[in-house]
Amino acid sequence: MLSEYFSAVDFLVLKPVILLTLFGVGVMLTDLLLEERHRYLSAVTALVGLGFAGVQMWMIQSQMRQAEVNELEAFRGAVRLDHFGIFFFWIFLISSAIAILLAIRYLEIEQEHHGEYYALILFATVGMILLAIGTDLITLFVSLELMVISVYILTGFLRRDRRSNEAALKYLLLGAFSTGILAYGMSLLYGLSNSTNLEEIAFAISQRPAGDPVVLLAVITVATGLFFKVGAVPFHQWLPDAYEGAPTSITAFMSVGPKAAAFAFLLRMFMLPLGPAREQWLPLLIGVAVATMTLGNLAAVSQSNVKRLLAYSAISHVGYILLGLVSGNDTGLKGIAIYLLVYAFMNMGAFAVVVAMRRRDLIGDEIDDMAGLMYKSPTAAVLMMIFLLSLAGIPPTAGFLGKYFIFLSLIESQHFTLAVIAVLYVAVALYYYFRIVAVMFMREPVDWELPTLAPGIRIALGVTAAMTLIIGLYPEPFIQIVSRTVLP
Amino acid sequence: MYQLLFFVFAGAAVGFAINLLLQRHPIHSALSLIGVMASLASLYLMLGAEFIAAAQIIVYAGAIMVLFVFVIMLLNAGEEERTQRSRFAKYLGLPLILLLVTSMAAVIYRQVPQDAMVRFGDFPGRTADIGRRLFLNYLLPFEVVSIVILVAIIGTVVLARKDSETEGPGKAVVSEK
Repeated sequence: MLSEYFSAVDFLVLKPVILLTLFGVGVMLTDLLLEERHRYLSAVTALVGLGFAGVQMWMIQSQMRQAEVNELEAFRGAVRLDHFGIFFFWIFLISSAIAILLAIRYLEIEQEHHGEYYALILFATVGMILLAIGTDLITLFVSLELMVISVYILTGFLRRDRRSNEAALKYLLLGAFSTGILAYGMSLLYGLSNSTNLEEIAFAISQRPAGDPVVLLAVITVATGLFFKVGAVPFHQWLPDAYEGAPTSITAFMSVGPKAAAFAFLLRMFMLPLGPAREQWLPLLIGVAVATMTLGNLAAVSQSNVKRLLAYSAISHVGYILLGLVSGNDTGLKGIAIYLLVYAFMNMGAFAVVVAMRRRDLIGDEIDDMAGLMYKSPTAAVLMMIFLLSLAGIPPTAGFLGKYFIFLSLIESQHFTLAVIAVLYVAVALYYYFRIVAVMFMREPVDWELPTLAPGIRIALGVTAAMTLIIGLYPEPFIQIVSRTVLP
Repeated sequence: MYQLLFFVFAGAAVGFAINLLLQRHPIHSALSLIGVMASLASLYLMLGAEFIAAAQIIVYAGAIMVLFVFVIMLLNAGEEERTQRSRFAKYLGLPLILLLVTSMAAVIYRQVPQDAMVRFGDFPGRTADIGRRLFLNYLLPFEVVSIVILVAIIGTVVLARKDSETEGPGKAVVSEK
C-alpha cells in the first residue's frame, strides 16, 4: 500500500479526512435501511464520525508534540498540517456538530428529513479541512469546490420552499461566476511562477519589480474571488438571500464553518503568495473592509426578518475580521483567529434560538415572531440576549475579546482612523441587536405556542452559551491556544 | 504560417462565443459552443498540449455537449424570451466589459516579450508526463475530485427526488396487493 506515491505521513495527515468521508458514505447507506421515525440515527452516525475524526486529530497532535515537530508536510507539498490548520480543524468540527444537532427536529418539522443532509455536511467538512491545510493551488481549488457545492445543495434542501430554491439558484450562479474569476487569478499566479506551490509562488512574486501590473492583475482577480467567498462588500449580494432562504440550521452552518474555511484560504493566499505584494493590496483591503462594515451595519438596521438581520450583521463581522489583516501584525492575526473561534459559538447560538422558533405552523423568522419570548420561554430569551450582546461585543461576553484584539492591533499599527470608525459601528450594531432584545422582553406575546426546544437544540444552546460566557470570563487558555497558532 | 493558424483559430473561438450569446434558440447556442471548444482544442494542440486537446474534444465537445442537447430536448426548450433587462446592464455592461478586457490585454501584452513564441513540444505535455504528475504531485486533489463528483450526484438526487415516498412506483405496487 505504501509506495513512492503514498507515504506513511500522507496517510497519517489524511486519516481524519478519510474517516469523515467513510462516515459520509456510511450515513447514506444506513439511511436507506432506517424507517422514517428512526432517521435521527443518521444524525447520531454523523456525529460519531465527527467524534472519530476529532479523536484522530487529537492523536496526531499528541504525536506531533512528542516528536516535537510543528508541521507535517504531505503529498509532496500539497497539504501542510500546521497549528494554523489544526486550529481551523476544531472550528469546523464544532460548527458541523452543532449544525447536525440543530437539524434533527427542524428537518422533521419541515418534512424534509433525509440522511443526505448529514452526509453532505460531512463532505463539506472534508472540503473545509483540506482548504485550511492545503498549500497548493490545485488542492485548494478542488477542496473549495467540494465545500461550496455541498453548501449549494444544502441551501436548496427545502425543495418545496420557494425561498430555498431561489436562494440555492442565486448562490450557485453567483458562486460559479466568482469561482471563474478566482481560477483566472490562479492561472495568472501560475503563469508568474510556473508552480502551483504557494511558497514558490510567493518567492516568484517577491522577485518581480515593485508595482508590477501583472501582479496587480493577479491580486485583483484572486482577491475578488476570495472576497466573494467570505461575503465582503461589494461582492455580498448573494449572502442575505442565501442566508434567508437556506434551512436555518444550514444558515447557522454557512455563517460559521464555510466562512471560517474561506477566511483560512484568504489568509493563506494573502500572507503567502500575495504577501510580497502587500503594498498593492493594502489600500484595496482597507476600502473593502470599511465598505463591508458600513453596508453591513447600516443595512441591518432596517431589516424585519431575523435571519436577514443576522445575515447583514455577518457581513459587518467580515469587515471587522478583515481589519485584523489590514494591521497585519501578530496581534491582528491573533485577533482574527480568536474572533473566528468566538464567532462560531455566539453566531451558532443565535441561530439555534431562531431554529427553535420554527414550529409546526409558524416559520418564526420574523422579528415580530419573537414578541414576548421572555414570557413564553425565559431561558431562550435570556440566552438570545447573551448571544446578541456578544455579537455586539459587550464585555463580559466572548465577543468583546475578538473586537478587543482587532482594535488593539489597529492602534498598534497606527491605523487610528480605522479604529475610530470600527468602534463607532459597534454603537450602530448595538441598536439593531437591541431591537430584537426589546421585542423579546418588552412586547406582549401574540400567541402562546412555545418554541421547540428539542434535545439536540438544547445541547447546542447549552454548549454555545457556556462557551460564549467562558471565553468571555476566563480568556487566558484560549489566548494561549491562539498564540501557539502561528498564522501562515 | 504558425501565426496565421493562431489567428484563424482564435478568431473562430471568439466568433463562435459571440454567436453563442446572440442566438435565440438553445440548440444553435449549443452548436456554437462545440465550435468554441473545437477552436480551443486546436489552439491547445498548437501549443503542444496534445493530451489537453484530446480531452477537450472528448469531454467537452463530446460528452458534455451530448448532455446539453439531451437536456434541451427533454425540456423541449423553444426560442428564448427576452426579458426586460436592467438599464445598468443595457448601457454600461458592454463598455465596462470592453474596458476590463482591453486593460487586461494591455497589461499582459506589455509584459510578455514580443519575439518569444511557444512551439509544439516546448512543454512536457505528453500524456505520460501528465499521468506521472497526476499520481505524484497531484494525487490528493485527484482523489478529492472523486468526492466532488459523488457530492454532485447526491445533489441531483436530493434536488430531484419525488415529493413524498407514498407516491413512488414501488410503494404503489405493494398497496395494490
